[in-house]
Amino acid sequence: MSLNLIFFLLLALIAVLSAVGLLASRSALYSALYLIINFATVAVMYLTLHAPFIAIVQITVYAGAIMVLFLFVIMLLGAEHIGSLHPQRWFLPLALVLGILLLAEAIIIIFTQPNLLPEAQVISSDFGSPKAIGELLFNQYLLPFEATSILLLVAMIGAIVLTKPEKK
Amino acid sequence: MNETTGMILEWVIKGAVVAVICLIGFAYTTYYERRFLARIQVRIGPNRAGPWGLLQPVADGIKLIFKEELVPDKAYKFAFMLAPVLTMAPAIIVMGVVPWGTQANFFGRTIELGISNNLNVGILYILSVTSIAVYGIVLAGWASNNKYAMLGGLRSTAQMISYELALGLSFLPPIMLAGSLSLGDIVKGQQDFLWYFIPLLPTSIVFFIAVLAEVNRSPFDMPEAEQELVAGYHTEYSGMKFALFFMGEYVKMFSMSAVFSTLFLGGFAGPFVEQVPWLGPVYLLIKIIICLGLMIWIRGTLPRFRYDRLMKFGWKILLPIALINVVLTALMISIFGL
Repeated sequence: MSLNLIFFLLLALIAVLSAVGLLASRSALYSALYLIINFATVAVMYLTLHAPFIAIVQITVYAGAIMVLFLFVIMLLGAEHIGSLHPQRWFLPLALVLGILLLAEAIIIIFTQPNLLPEAQVISSDFGSPKAIGELLFNQYLLPFEATSILLLVAMIGAIVLTKPEKK
Repeated sequence: MNETTGMILEWVIKGAVVAVICLIGFAYTTYYERRFLARIQVRIGPNRAGPWGLLQPVADGIKLIFKEELVPDKAYKFAFMLAPVLTMAPAIIVMGVVPWGTQANFFGRTIELGISNNLNVGILYILSVTSIAVYGIVLAGWASNNKYAMLGGLRSTAQMISYELALGLSFLPPIMLAGSLSLGDIVKGQQDFLWYFIPLLPTSIVFFIAVLAEVNRSPFDMPEAEQELVAGYHTEYSGMKFALFFMGEYVKMFSMSAVFSTLFLGGFAGPFVEQVPWLGPVYLLIKIIICLGLMIWIRGTLPRFRYDRLMKFGWKILLPIALINVVLTALMISIFGL
């Protein structure tokens, strides 16, 4: 077994365990912490795929910004403990059936179409570097990039308007 | 010994050395601060333990180790234990991308001074690690199950998030001048041109203020506003866990000073550093000490901000100035063709 494979299996184990922990944890806050571990593991996976920029952005945006907001909401609303007030009886069987269906589909596709993925190619040394990504964003994908920034601006202005105290 | 094990060994040793430098830096920053503050306040300061009181940090450390550790009955135990570690670790991890010099000869082996000098996402790495540091404070405030700790935690988190914006924007002008996100390239750009604090004086001032807020230093030491909050998020902490928070603050001061020196004061650059590479770490250390001195001087001089004014200052003054600085730098680059 190569070193890369061992590394990947370890990462995958951590990712799966933290995802299970996220679901199984009783306290919403610990669930959030498990999710942060999960994000960090995915970031390390990006690193092993020679995409440092995406890896760092994953940590800054998801673990650093979004999850802090999650924690704030959980703490301020005092929703640390999700009470099992309304146990949904039909929920578990349905999830089980859907999950098995998904798994079966995946297995069928993988075993009937072995050439689904394109052949692996040797990537250039600056693949995934901030410079390469910047050039792509500002040349090839300029329009979607600008559209996204306008969308974000609108959301930001909306948030400011909503939090402004109303004048009487 | 083949090449791979040699590389791994080299990284492990370098990592350990940087961590030890941070910890010694922490110990002697406290000593430096107490002596310097004492001078400002016309006192003598600690001078009993060892010559000139130089063993004072050791004495303090031993005292803290032997203190009783209390965990509140109603605290969330695991998060309570985790929080100090999460505050302390990022402060050291930041040092990973700070270059201490170029290549040097070390017992017949050419090594790079610094762990990852030319990481092509160096600046983003710093930003992401500092954004992780917020968790320590949030968790400490929440896990203590104490209203003062909770309020202190929320306050300092809000403060750190607000000032992170100005900090992030102040990273941009040096990046634009050097044309690279790697700290090694930024230092090289300064060696070829000027130390960036000369052309980018307003940016470096904004950056320094934002750093002060980021590490919760006076005059932004909201979490320690003891008249209002007892001791903020670390009210319930004692013994070694309290010491870890304390260490977190000082190591962060140390590592952010290193980042500031690298971005604006030329980093390891200085006279004859090309001929004698081992001068690099010395120059960087001198610059860090100057930055730390500035922080302590500010602490000795300025009173604490009121909380609402602190937020107003961050959002309405510092953030616009940082934005204008970015635009001005872009103009400067296009006019002078740098």
